[in-house]
Amino acid sequence: MSAHHRLEIKDLTVSYHRAPAIHHVTAEVECGSCVALLGPNGAGKSTLLKAIVGIVPPETGSVTFHSGAMRKSAADIAYLPQRSAIDWDFPITVRGMVETGCYLRLGMWRFFRKEDDARVDAALERMRLQDLAGRQISALSGGQQQRAFLARALAQDAHVFLLDEPFAGLDKSSQESLGRTLRELAGRENLIIASHHDLKSVPEMFDHALFLNGELIAFGETKDVFTEANIAATFDTEIFSGA
Amino acid sequence: MTWLTEPFRHEFMQRALFGCVLIGFTNGCLSAFIVLRRLALMADALSHSLLPGLAIGIMLFGLTPSSLFFGALVAALLVALGAEIISRSSRVKEDTSLGILYTVAFSAGIVLLSFSKVRVELHHYLFGNILGLANGDLWIIFGISAVILPLLVILQRPLLLTLFDSTVAASQGVHVGALNYLLLSMLVLSMISSLQAVGVVLALGLLTAPAATVYLFSDSFAALFWGGGILGMAGSSIGLFISYELNLPSGACIVLALGFAFCAAYLFSPRYGVLTRHIRRRHLHEQSLARWKCTVTSQSCPAPERNKT
Repeated sequence: MSAHHRLEIKDLTVSYHRAPAIHHVTAEVECGSCVALLGPNGAGKSTLLKAIVGIVPPETGSVTFHSGAMRKSAADIAYLPQRSAIDWDFPITVRGMVETGCYLRLGMWRFFRKEDDARVDAALERMRLQDLAGRQISALSGGQQQRAFLARALAQDAHVFLLDEPFAGLDKSSQESLGRTLRELAGRENLIIASHHDLKSVPEMFDHALFLNGELIAFGETKDVFTEANIAATFDTEIFSGA
Repeated sequence: MTWLTEPFRHEFMQRALFGCVLIGFTNGCLSAFIVLRRLALMADALSHSLLPGLAIGIMLFGLTPSSLFFGALVAALLVALGAEIISRSSRVKEDTSLGILYTVAFSAGIVLLSFSKVRVELHHYLFGNILGLANGDLWIIFGISAVILPLLVILQRPLLLTLFDSTVAASQGVHVGALNYLLLSMLVLSMISSLQAVGVVLALGLLTAPAATVYLFSDSFAALFWGGGILGMAGSSIGLFISYELNLPSGACIVLALGFAFCAAYLFSPRYGVLTRHIRRRHLHEQSLARWKCTVTSQSCPAPERNKT
Protein backbone atom coordinates (compact mmCIF):
# COMPACT_ATOMS: atom_id res chain seq x y z
CA MET A 1 0.00 0.00 0.00
CA SER A 2 1.66 3.23 -1.07
CA ALA A 3 1.82 6.37 0.99
CA HIS A 4 -0.65 8.33 -1.10
CA HIS A 5 -3.56 6.15 0.04
CA ARG A 6 -5.57 8.19 2.41
CA LEU A 7 -8.50 8.11 4.76
CA GLU A 8 -10.88 11.01 4.21
CA ILE A 9 -13.48 12.03 6.75
CA LYS A 10 -15.83 14.67 5.39
CA ASP A 11 -18.37 16.62 7.44
CA LEU A 12 -19.07 13.56 9.62
CA THR A 13 -21.89 13.80 12.17
CA VAL A 14 -22.99 10.78 14.21
CA SER A 15 -25.87 10.92 16.66
CA TYR A 16 -27.46 8.63 19.21
CA HIS A 17 -31.21 9.20 19.64
CA ARG A 18 -30.93 12.48 17.69
CA ALA A 19 -28.24 13.95 19.99
CA PRO A 20 -24.98 14.30 18.05
CA ALA A 21 -22.02 12.50 19.63
CA ILE A 22 -19.65 13.96 17.05
CA HIS A 23 -20.47 16.95 14.95
CA HIS A 24 -19.28 17.89 11.44
CA VAL A 25 -15.80 16.39 11.70
CA THR A 26 -13.54 16.77 8.68
CA ALA A 27 -10.01 15.33 8.50
CA GLU A 28 -7.72 13.71 5.98
CA VAL A 29 -4.82 11.43 6.82
CA GLU A 30 -2.36 9.39 4.77
CA CYS A 31 -1.16 5.84 5.31
CA GLY A 32 2.13 5.74 7.17
CA SER A 33 0.83 7.99 9.96
CA CYS A 34 0.33 7.25 13.63
CA VAL A 35 -2.56 9.37 14.88
CA ALA A 36 -3.49 10.04 18.51
CA LEU A 37 -7.19 10.61 19.07
CA LEU A 38 -7.36 12.93 22.07
CA GLY A 39 -10.29 14.21 24.11
CA PRO A 40 -12.03 13.92 27.48
CA ASN A 41 -14.46 11.13 28.35
CA GLY A 42 -17.61 11.50 26.26
CA ALA A 43 -15.83 13.52 23.59
CA GLY A 44 -16.82 11.01 20.90
CA LYS A 45 -13.49 9.21 20.38
CA SER A 46 -15.00 5.72 20.34
CA THR A 47 -17.90 6.96 18.24
CA LEU A 48 -15.50 8.41 15.66
CA LEU A 49 -13.59 5.10 15.47
CA LYS A 50 -16.86 3.14 15.11
CA ALA A 51 -18.10 5.55 12.45
CA ILE A 52 -14.86 5.16 10.49
CA VAL A 53 -15.19 1.38 10.51
CA GLY A 54 -18.89 1.64 9.64
CA ILE A 55 -20.43 0.13 12.78
CA VAL A 56 -22.50 3.25 13.52
CA PRO A 57 -24.17 5.01 10.59
CA PRO A 58 -23.35 8.67 9.86
CA GLU A 59 -26.07 11.30 10.22
CA THR A 60 -24.28 13.49 7.69
CA GLY A 61 -21.01 13.30 5.77
CA SER A 62 -18.90 10.35 4.69
CA VAL A 63 -15.76 8.34 5.34
CA THR A 64 -13.78 7.04 2.39
CA PHE A 65 -10.57 5.04 2.15
CA HIS A 66 -8.57 4.85 -1.05
CA SER A 67 -11.42 6.91 -2.60
CA GLY A 68 -13.93 4.11 -1.96
CA ALA A 69 -16.72 3.61 0.58
CA MET A 70 -15.58 2.00 3.83
CA ARG A 71 -17.90 -1.01 3.42
CA LYS A 72 -15.98 -1.99 0.29
CA SER A 73 -12.71 -1.72 2.22
CA ALA A 74 -13.72 -3.96 5.16
CA ALA A 75 -10.61 -6.13 4.75
CA ASP A 76 -8.36 -3.06 4.82
CA ILE A 77 -9.70 -1.79 8.13
CA ALA A 78 -9.16 -3.51 11.47
CA TYR A 79 -11.02 -2.34 14.55
CA LEU A 80 -9.44 -3.27 17.88
CA PRO A 81 -11.99 -2.93 20.70
CA GLN A 82 -11.29 -1.86 24.26
CA ARG A 83 -9.91 -4.77 26.26
CA SER A 84 -12.71 -4.35 28.80
CA ALA A 85 -15.25 -5.16 26.06
CA ILE A 86 -13.88 -8.69 25.54
CA ASP A 87 -14.96 -11.88 27.31
CA TRP A 88 -11.47 -13.15 28.14
CA ASP A 89 -12.83 -16.55 29.26
CA PHE A 90 -13.97 -17.24 25.70
CA PRO A 91 -12.73 -20.70 24.68
CA ILE A 92 -10.15 -19.63 22.15
CA THR A 93 -6.36 -19.74 22.02
CA VAL A 94 -4.13 -16.90 20.83
CA ARG A 95 -3.60 -18.68 17.53
CA GLY A 96 -7.34 -19.35 17.19
CA MET A 97 -8.06 -15.65 17.68
CA VAL A 98 -5.44 -14.62 15.13
CA GLU A 99 -6.93 -17.14 12.69
CA THR A 100 -10.28 -15.31 12.87
CA GLY A 101 -8.49 -12.50 11.00
CA CYS A 102 -8.53 -14.78 7.93
CA TYR A 103 -12.31 -15.32 8.03
CA LEU A 104 -13.14 -12.29 5.91
CA ARG A 105 -10.88 -13.55 3.12
CA LEU A 106 -11.90 -17.21 3.44
CA GLY A 107 -15.63 -16.55 3.78
CA MET A 108 -17.89 -19.13 5.40
CA TRP A 109 -16.78 -22.13 3.39
CA ARG A 110 -13.16 -22.32 2.42
CA PHE A 111 -10.71 -24.31 4.50
CA PHE A 112 -7.44 -22.86 5.77
CA ARG A 113 -4.73 -23.34 3.14
CA LYS A 114 -0.98 -23.42 3.64
CA GLU A 115 -0.67 -19.72 2.79
CA ASP A 116 -3.30 -18.85 5.40
CA ASP A 117 -1.40 -20.82 8.06
CA ALA A 118 1.81 -19.11 6.95
CA ARG A 119 0.12 -15.72 7.22
CA VAL A 120 -1.02 -16.52 10.78
CA ASP A 121 2.49 -17.75 11.68
CA ALA A 122 4.03 -14.57 10.28
CA ALA A 123 1.55 -12.36 12.19
CA LEU A 124 2.31 -14.20 15.45
CA GLU A 125 6.03 -13.89 14.86
CA ARG A 126 5.88 -10.18 14.07
CA MET A 127 4.00 -9.57 17.29
CA ARG A 128 6.44 -11.85 19.20
CA LEU A 129 3.65 -14.22 20.24
CA GLN A 130 4.77 -17.49 18.63
CA ASP A 131 5.68 -19.03 22.01
CA LEU A 132 2.29 -18.09 23.44
CA ALA A 133 0.20 -19.24 20.47
CA GLY A 134 -1.32 -22.22 22.31
CA ARG A 135 -2.38 -20.22 25.36
CA GLN A 136 -5.96 -19.36 26.18
CA ILE A 137 -6.32 -15.60 25.68
CA SER A 138 -6.86 -14.76 29.35
CA ALA A 139 -3.41 -16.23 30.15
CA LEU A 140 -1.74 -13.22 28.49
CA SER A 141 -0.65 -9.93 30.03
CA GLY A 142 -2.42 -6.72 28.96
CA GLY A 143 0.34 -5.77 26.52
CA GLN A 144 0.37 -9.28 25.03
CA GLN A 145 -3.41 -9.14 24.62
CA GLN A 146 -3.10 -5.92 22.61
CA ARG A 147 -0.35 -7.50 20.51
CA ALA A 148 -2.63 -10.52 19.92
CA PHE A 149 -5.30 -8.18 18.55
CA LEU A 150 -2.68 -6.52 16.33
CA ALA A 151 -1.57 -9.96 15.10
CA ARG A 152 -5.21 -10.69 14.26
CA ALA A 153 -5.33 -7.47 12.24
CA LEU A 154 -2.08 -8.42 10.47
CA ALA A 155 -3.52 -11.84 9.56
CA GLN A 156 -6.48 -9.95 8.11
CA ASP A 157 -3.94 -8.03 6.00
CA ALA A 158 -5.39 -4.76 7.24
CA HIS A 159 -3.80 -1.41 6.44
CA VAL A 160 -5.79 0.82 8.75
CA PHE A 161 -5.68 -0.04 12.46
CA LEU A 162 -8.28 1.62 14.65
CA LEU A 163 -7.50 1.10 18.34
CA ASP A 164 -9.89 2.02 21.15
CA GLU A 165 -7.92 2.89 24.31
CA PRO A 166 -5.09 0.41 23.59
CA PHE A 167 -2.91 1.73 26.41
CA ALA A 168 -5.56 1.54 29.14
CA GLY A 169 -4.47 -0.60 32.07
CA LEU A 170 -0.92 -1.21 30.75
CA ASP A 171 2.15 -0.52 32.86
CA LYS A 172 4.82 1.89 31.63
CA SER A 173 7.10 -0.65 29.95
CA SER A 174 4.15 -2.36 28.21
CA GLN A 175 2.94 1.07 27.04
CA GLU A 176 6.35 1.85 25.58
CA SER A 177 6.60 -1.57 23.93
CA LEU A 178 3.12 -1.20 22.38
CA GLY A 179 4.01 2.35 21.27
CA ARG A 180 7.12 1.02 19.48
CA THR A 181 5.02 -1.70 17.81
CA LEU A 182 2.49 0.86 16.58
CA ARG A 183 5.22 3.14 15.19
CA GLU A 184 6.81 0.15 13.47
CA LEU A 185 3.45 -0.68 11.86
CA ALA A 186 3.06 2.93 10.74
CA GLY A 187 6.60 2.76 9.34
CA ARG A 188 5.40 -0.02 7.03
CA GLU A 189 2.85 2.31 5.43
CA ASN A 190 -0.03 1.32 7.70
CA LEU A 191 -2.34 3.94 9.17
CA ILE A 192 -2.72 3.81 12.96
CA ILE A 193 -5.46 5.73 14.75
CA ALA A 194 -5.60 5.20 18.51
CA SER A 195 -7.68 6.93 21.16
CA HIS A 196 -5.35 7.93 23.97
CA HIS A 197 -5.46 9.54 27.42
CA ASP A 198 -1.86 10.02 28.52
CA LEU A 199 -0.99 13.44 27.08
CA LYS A 200 2.65 13.27 28.22
CA SER A 201 3.46 10.37 25.92
CA VAL A 202 1.77 11.81 22.80
CA PRO A 203 4.79 13.58 21.20
CA GLU A 204 7.05 10.51 21.43
CA MET A 205 4.44 7.96 20.33
CA PHE A 206 2.37 9.71 17.65
CA ASP A 207 3.30 11.84 14.65
CA HIS A 208 -0.25 13.22 14.25
CA ALA A 209 -2.83 14.31 16.80
CA LEU A 210 -6.56 14.84 16.47
CA PHE A 211 -8.20 16.85 19.26
CA LEU A 212 -11.88 16.07 19.63
CA ASN A 213 -14.57 17.31 21.96
CA GLY A 214 -17.81 16.62 20.13
CA GLU A 215 -16.44 18.93 17.45
CA LEU A 216 -13.01 18.78 15.88
CA ILE A 217 -10.75 21.15 17.82
CA ALA A 218 -7.52 20.63 15.89
CA PHE A 219 -5.86 18.10 13.61
CA GLY A 220 -2.37 17.97 12.15
CA GLU A 221 1.19 16.95 12.80
CA THR A 222 1.89 16.58 16.50
CA LYS A 223 4.67 19.17 16.42
CA ASP A 224 2.21 21.75 15.06
CA VAL A 225 -1.03 21.06 16.93
CA PHE A 226 0.10 19.63 20.27
CA THR A 227 -0.07 23.02 21.96
CA GLU A 228 -1.24 24.26 25.34
CA ALA A 229 -4.02 26.21 23.63
CA ASN A 230 -5.43 23.14 21.84
CA ILE A 231 -5.15 20.99 24.97
CA ALA A 232 -7.00 23.66 26.98
CA ALA A 233 -9.64 24.09 24.27
CA THR A 234 -10.23 20.31 24.23
CA PHE A 235 -10.11 19.39 27.89
CA ASP A 236 -11.21 22.58 29.67
CA THR A 237 -14.43 23.25 27.77
CA GLU A 238 -17.95 21.92 28.04
CA ILE A 239 -18.56 18.85 25.92
CA PHE A 240 -20.74 19.59 22.93
CA SER A 241 -24.01 17.83 23.64
CA GLY A 242 -26.04 18.83 20.63
CA ALA A 243 -28.65 20.45 22.88
CA MET B 1 -23.35 -57.58 26.06
CA THR B 2 -26.97 -58.68 25.72
CA TRP B 3 -27.83 -56.64 28.82
CA LEU B 4 -26.87 -53.57 26.77
CA THR B 5 -28.93 -54.40 23.71
CA GLU B 6 -31.85 -56.09 25.43
CA PRO B 7 -33.84 -52.91 26.18
CA PHE B 8 -33.60 -51.81 22.56
CA ARG B 9 -35.40 -54.89 21.26
CA HIS B 10 -38.61 -53.07 22.13
CA GLU B 11 -39.84 -50.75 19.40
CA PHE B 12 -40.69 -47.94 21.82
CA MET B 13 -37.10 -48.03 23.11
CA GLN B 14 -35.71 -47.93 19.57
CA ARG B 15 -37.81 -44.83 18.89
CA ALA B 16 -36.72 -43.34 22.19
CA LEU B 17 -33.04 -44.00 21.41
CA PHE B 18 -33.41 -42.46 17.96
CA GLY B 19 -35.04 -39.40 19.51
CA CYS B 20 -32.33 -39.20 22.20
CA VAL B 21 -29.51 -39.33 19.67
CA LEU B 22 -31.04 -36.61 17.47
CA ILE B 23 -32.18 -34.29 20.25
CA GLY B 24 -29.04 -34.86 22.31
CA PHE B 25 -26.70 -34.11 19.43
CA THR B 26 -28.60 -31.10 18.07
CA ASN B 27 -29.22 -29.49 21.44
CA GLY B 28 -25.68 -30.33 22.52
CA CYS B 29 -24.19 -28.55 19.50
CA LEU B 30 -26.53 -25.59 20.01
CA SER B 31 -25.61 -25.45 23.69
CA ALA B 32 -22.17 -24.06 22.74
CA PHE B 33 -23.87 -20.91 21.49
CA ILE B 34 -26.37 -20.76 24.38
CA VAL B 35 -23.55 -20.93 26.94
CA LEU B 36 -21.27 -18.40 25.23
CA ARG B 37 -24.10 -15.99 24.35
CA ARG B 38 -25.45 -16.37 27.90
CA LEU B 39 -28.92 -17.24 26.65
CA ALA B 40 -29.77 -19.84 29.33
CA LEU B 41 -32.30 -17.64 31.13
CA MET B 42 -33.78 -16.50 27.84
CA ALA B 43 -34.21 -20.17 26.92
CA ASP B 44 -35.93 -20.81 30.24
CA ALA B 45 -38.34 -17.94 29.63
CA LEU B 46 -39.07 -19.07 26.09
CA SER B 47 -39.69 -22.63 27.23
CA HIS B 48 -42.57 -21.44 29.43
CA SER B 49 -43.98 -19.20 26.73
CA LEU B 50 -44.73 -22.20 24.49
CA LEU B 51 -47.78 -23.13 26.57
CA PRO B 52 -50.45 -20.71 25.19
CA GLY B 53 -49.42 -21.63 21.65
CA LEU B 54 -49.84 -25.31 22.45
CA ALA B 55 -53.23 -24.60 24.02
CA ILE B 56 -54.49 -22.60 21.02
CA GLY B 57 -53.05 -25.19 18.62
CA ILE B 58 -54.92 -27.98 20.44
CA MET B 59 -58.16 -25.99 20.63
CA LEU B 60 -58.14 -25.08 16.94
CA PHE B 61 -56.65 -28.17 15.31
CA GLY B 62 -56.73 -30.93 17.93
CA LEU B 63 -53.86 -32.82 19.55
CA THR B 64 -51.58 -33.48 16.57
CA PRO B 65 -47.79 -33.04 16.29
CA SER B 66 -48.17 -30.32 13.64
CA SER B 67 -50.72 -28.29 15.65
CA LEU B 68 -48.41 -28.44 18.67
CA PHE B 69 -45.42 -27.50 16.52
CA PHE B 70 -46.96 -24.41 14.88
CA GLY B 71 -48.75 -23.26 18.03
CA ALA B 72 -45.54 -23.44 20.08
CA LEU B 73 -43.48 -21.81 17.34
CA VAL B 74 -45.80 -18.81 16.97
CA ALA B 75 -46.14 -18.31 20.75
CA ALA B 76 -42.40 -18.43 21.41
CA LEU B 77 -41.55 -16.12 18.52
CA LEU B 78 -44.23 -13.64 19.63
CA VAL B 79 -42.83 -13.56 23.16
CA ALA B 80 -39.21 -13.28 21.99
CA LEU B 81 -39.98 -10.53 19.48
CA GLY B 82 -42.44 -8.82 21.87
CA ALA B 83 -39.74 -8.58 24.53
CA GLU B 84 -37.37 -7.08 21.97
CA ILE B 85 -39.97 -4.56 20.75
CA ILE B 86 -40.93 -3.45 24.29
CA SER B 87 -37.28 -3.00 25.32
CA ARG B 88 -36.46 -1.01 22.19
CA SER B 89 -39.51 1.23 22.31
CA SER B 90 -39.56 2.01 26.05
CA ARG B 91 -37.35 2.41 29.10
CA VAL B 92 -38.06 -1.17 30.22
CA LYS B 93 -35.03 -3.42 29.73
CA GLU B 94 -35.21 -6.71 27.82
CA ASP B 95 -34.87 -9.07 30.79
CA THR B 96 -37.79 -7.33 32.54
CA SER B 97 -40.03 -7.30 29.47
CA LEU B 98 -39.20 -10.97 28.84
CA GLY B 99 -39.97 -11.81 32.48
CA ILE B 100 -43.38 -10.13 32.21
CA LEU B 101 -44.26 -11.56 28.82
CA TYR B 102 -43.35 -15.16 29.54
CA THR B 103 -45.20 -15.31 32.87
CA VAL B 104 -48.26 -13.71 31.22
CA ALA B 105 -47.97 -16.21 28.35
CA PHE B 106 -47.63 -19.16 30.74
CA SER B 107 -50.66 -18.01 32.75
CA ALA B 108 -52.67 -17.47 29.56
CA GLY B 109 -51.71 -20.98 28.50
CA ILE B 110 -53.01 -22.50 31.75
CA VAL B 111 -56.29 -20.55 31.49
CA LEU B 112 -56.71 -21.51 27.83
CA LEU B 113 -56.07 -25.18 28.58
CA SER B 114 -58.90 -25.15 31.10
CA PHE B 115 -61.27 -24.36 28.20
CA SER B 116 -59.83 -27.14 26.04
CA LYS B 117 -61.92 -30.27 25.53
CA VAL B 118 -58.73 -32.30 25.04
CA ARG B 119 -57.18 -33.18 28.37
CA VAL B 120 -53.52 -32.17 28.47
CA GLU B 121 -51.32 -33.09 31.39
CA LEU B 122 -49.19 -30.10 32.43
CA HIS B 123 -46.75 -32.59 33.88
CA HIS B 124 -46.31 -34.07 30.40
CA TYR B 125 -45.57 -30.61 28.93
CA LEU B 126 -43.00 -29.86 31.60
CA PHE B 127 -41.24 -33.22 31.72
CA GLY B 128 -42.09 -34.98 28.44
CA ASN B 129 -42.41 -38.67 27.69
CA ILE B 130 -39.69 -40.00 25.45
CA LEU B 131 -41.05 -43.53 25.66
CA GLY B 132 -44.24 -42.39 23.96
CA LEU B 133 -42.69 -40.85 20.83
CA ALA B 134 -44.90 -41.33 17.78
CA ASN B 135 -43.76 -41.33 14.15
CA GLY B 136 -44.98 -37.74 13.72
CA ASP B 137 -42.88 -36.62 16.71
CA LEU B 138 -39.79 -38.32 15.30
CA TRP B 139 -40.30 -36.64 11.94
CA ILE B 140 -40.52 -33.22 13.61
CA ILE B 141 -37.38 -33.94 15.64
CA PHE B 142 -35.59 -35.13 12.50
CA GLY B 143 -36.76 -32.11 10.46
CA ILE B 144 -35.68 -29.60 13.12
CA SER B 145 -32.26 -31.26 13.46
CA ALA B 146 -31.90 -31.22 9.67
CA VAL B 147 -32.46 -27.44 9.72
CA ILE B 148 -30.44 -26.48 12.80
CA LEU B 149 -27.29 -28.58 12.38
CA PRO B 150 -26.38 -27.51 8.81
CA LEU B 151 -27.14 -23.88 9.71
CA LEU B 152 -24.84 -24.02 12.74
CA VAL B 153 -22.05 -25.59 10.68
CA ILE B 154 -22.41 -23.18 7.76
CA LEU B 155 -22.63 -20.09 9.97
CA GLN B 156 -19.99 -21.19 12.46
CA ARG B 157 -17.43 -18.52 11.52
CA PRO B 158 -19.73 -15.47 11.62
CA LEU B 159 -21.43 -16.84 14.76
CA LEU B 160 -18.05 -17.35 16.44
CA LEU B 161 -17.01 -13.77 15.60
CA THR B 162 -20.33 -12.41 16.86
CA LEU B 163 -20.08 -14.31 20.12
CA PHE B 164 -16.46 -13.34 20.69
CA ASP B 165 -16.94 -9.64 19.97
CA SER B 166 -19.99 -8.33 18.18
CA THR B 167 -18.32 -4.98 17.40
CA VAL B 168 -15.44 -6.62 15.57
CA ALA B 169 -17.92 -8.93 13.79
CA ALA B 170 -19.98 -5.92 12.67
CA SER B 171 -16.81 -4.17 11.46
CA GLN B 172 -16.19 -7.18 9.20
CA GLY B 173 -19.62 -6.95 7.63
CA VAL B 174 -21.31 -9.66 9.72
CA HIS B 175 -25.05 -8.97 10.17
CA VAL B 176 -24.91 -9.30 13.93
CA GLY B 177 -28.59 -8.45 14.57
CA ALA B 178 -29.84 -10.96 12.00
CA LEU B 179 -27.57 -13.68 13.41
CA ASN B 180 -28.88 -13.04 16.93
CA TYR B 181 -32.48 -13.39 15.73
CA LEU B 182 -31.53 -16.56 13.87
CA LEU B 183 -29.92 -18.00 17.00
CA LEU B 184 -33.08 -17.23 18.98
CA SER B 185 -35.21 -18.90 16.30
CA MET B 186 -33.01 -22.00 16.41
CA LEU B 187 -33.35 -22.02 20.19
CA VAL B 188 -37.14 -21.97 19.89
CA LEU B 189 -37.07 -24.75 17.30
CA SER B 190 -34.85 -26.96 19.45
CA MET B 191 -37.17 -26.36 22.42
CA ILE B 192 -40.09 -27.57 20.35
CA SER B 193 -38.13 -30.57 19.17
CA SER B 194 -37.45 -31.51 22.81
CA LEU B 195 -41.00 -30.84 23.95
CA GLN B 196 -42.46 -34.32 23.51
CA ALA B 197 -39.28 -36.13 24.50
CA VAL B 198 -38.05 -34.48 27.69
CA GLY B 199 -40.44 -31.56 28.19
CA VAL B 200 -39.58 -27.89 28.24
CA VAL B 201 -37.98 -27.79 31.69
CA LEU B 202 -35.56 -30.61 31.00
CA ALA B 203 -34.87 -29.33 27.48
CA LEU B 204 -33.07 -26.45 29.14
CA GLY B 205 -30.67 -28.94 30.73
CA LEU B 206 -29.90 -30.40 27.30
CA LEU B 207 -29.34 -26.89 25.97
CA THR B 208 -26.80 -25.87 28.59
CA ALA B 209 -25.14 -28.81 30.36
CA PRO B 210 -23.23 -30.40 27.42
CA ALA B 211 -21.30 -27.29 26.34
CA ALA B 212 -20.90 -26.08 29.93
CA THR B 213 -19.20 -29.41 30.72
CA VAL B 214 -16.83 -29.25 27.73
CA TYR B 215 -16.17 -25.55 28.55
CA LEU B 216 -14.48 -26.75 31.74
CA PHE B 217 -12.17 -29.03 29.73
CA SER B 218 -11.18 -27.18 26.62
CA ASP B 219 -10.13 -23.83 25.18
CA SER B 220 -11.28 -24.72 21.69
CA PHE B 221 -14.57 -23.55 20.25
CA ALA B 222 -14.66 -26.54 17.89
CA ALA B 223 -14.36 -28.87 20.89
CA LEU B 224 -17.21 -27.00 22.58
CA PHE B 225 -19.41 -27.37 19.49
CA TRP B 226 -18.75 -30.99 18.49
CA GLY B 227 -17.92 -32.17 22.01
CA GLY B 228 -21.19 -30.66 23.25
CA GLY B 229 -23.06 -32.56 20.55
CA ILE B 230 -21.36 -35.87 21.34
CA LEU B 231 -21.80 -35.42 25.09
CA GLY B 232 -25.47 -34.48 24.63
CA MET B 233 -26.01 -37.58 22.52
CA ALA B 234 -24.10 -39.91 24.88
CA GLY B 235 -25.66 -38.44 28.04
CA SER B 236 -29.18 -38.76 26.63
CA SER B 237 -28.63 -42.37 25.57
CA ILE B 238 -27.05 -43.36 28.90
CA GLY B 239 -29.85 -41.60 30.79
CA LEU B 240 -32.44 -43.46 28.73
CA PHE B 241 -30.74 -46.79 29.40
CA ILE B 242 -30.55 -46.15 33.15
CA SER B 243 -34.19 -45.07 33.27
CA TYR B 244 -35.19 -48.38 31.62
CA GLU B 245 -33.04 -50.53 33.87
CA LEU B 246 -34.07 -48.84 37.11
CA ASN B 247 -37.64 -48.07 36.02
CA LEU B 248 -37.25 -44.33 36.62
CA PRO B 249 -38.64 -41.27 34.70
CA SER B 250 -36.66 -41.07 31.46
CA GLY B 251 -36.42 -37.26 30.96
CA ALA B 252 -35.18 -36.74 34.50
CA CYS B 253 -32.60 -39.55 34.14
CA ILE B 254 -31.25 -37.97 30.93
CA VAL B 255 -30.72 -34.59 32.59
CA LEU B 256 -29.28 -36.26 35.70
CA ALA B 257 -26.73 -38.09 33.54
CA LEU B 258 -25.69 -34.76 31.98
CA GLY B 259 -25.69 -33.10 35.40
CA PHE B 260 -23.39 -35.84 36.71
CA ALA B 261 -20.95 -35.20 33.84
CA PHE B 262 -21.02 -31.46 34.60
CA CYS B 263 -20.34 -32.02 38.32
CA ALA B 264 -17.44 -34.35 37.49
CA ALA B 265 -15.96 -31.73 35.14
CA TYR B 266 -16.49 -28.96 37.70
CA LEU B 267 -14.54 -30.91 40.29
CA PHE B 268 -11.98 -32.92 38.34
CA SER B 269 -11.35 -31.26 34.95
CA PRO B 270 -7.55 -31.28 34.47
CA ARG B 271 -7.58 -27.63 33.41
CA TYR B 272 -10.42 -25.84 35.15
CA GLY B 273 -11.63 -28.31 37.79
CA VAL B 274 -11.98 -26.82 41.27
CA LEU B 275 -10.30 -29.72 43.07
CA THR B 276 -7.62 -30.10 40.41
CA ARG B 277 -6.75 -26.41 40.70
CA HIS B 278 -6.46 -26.77 44.44
CA ILE B 279 -4.15 -29.79 44.14
CA ARG B 280 -2.04 -28.13 41.45
CA ARG B 281 -1.54 -25.00 43.56
CA ARG B 282 -0.10 -27.08 46.39
CA HIS B 283 2.20 -28.79 43.94
CA LEU B 284 3.55 -25.44 42.72
CA HIS B 285 4.12 -24.33 46.28
CA GLU B 286 6.08 -27.49 47.06
CA GLN B 287 8.08 -27.00 43.92
CA SER B 288 9.04 -23.46 44.83
CA LEU B 289 9.86 -24.59 48.39
CA ALA B 290 12.20 -27.25 46.99
CA ARG B 291 13.93 -24.68 44.78
CA TRP B 292 14.29 -22.30 47.72
CA LYS B 293 15.82 -25.07 49.84
CA CYS B 294 18.43 -25.88 47.20
CA THR B 295 19.26 -22.20 46.83
CA VAL B 296 19.85 -21.98 50.58
CA THR B 297 22.01 -25.12 50.62
CA SER B 298 23.83 -24.04 47.40
CA GLN B 299 22.91 -27.25 45.59
CA SER B 300 22.06 -27.33 41.89
CA CYS B 301 18.38 -26.55 41.61
CA PRO B 302 15.83 -28.14 39.27
CA ALA B 303 14.62 -25.82 36.54
CA PRO B 304 11.22 -24.26 37.30
CA GLU B 305 8.39 -26.09 35.60
CA ARG B 306 6.38 -23.79 33.37
CA ASN B 307 2.62 -23.69 33.46
CA LYS B 308 1.33 -25.64 30.55
CA THR B 309 -1.85 -24.24 29.05
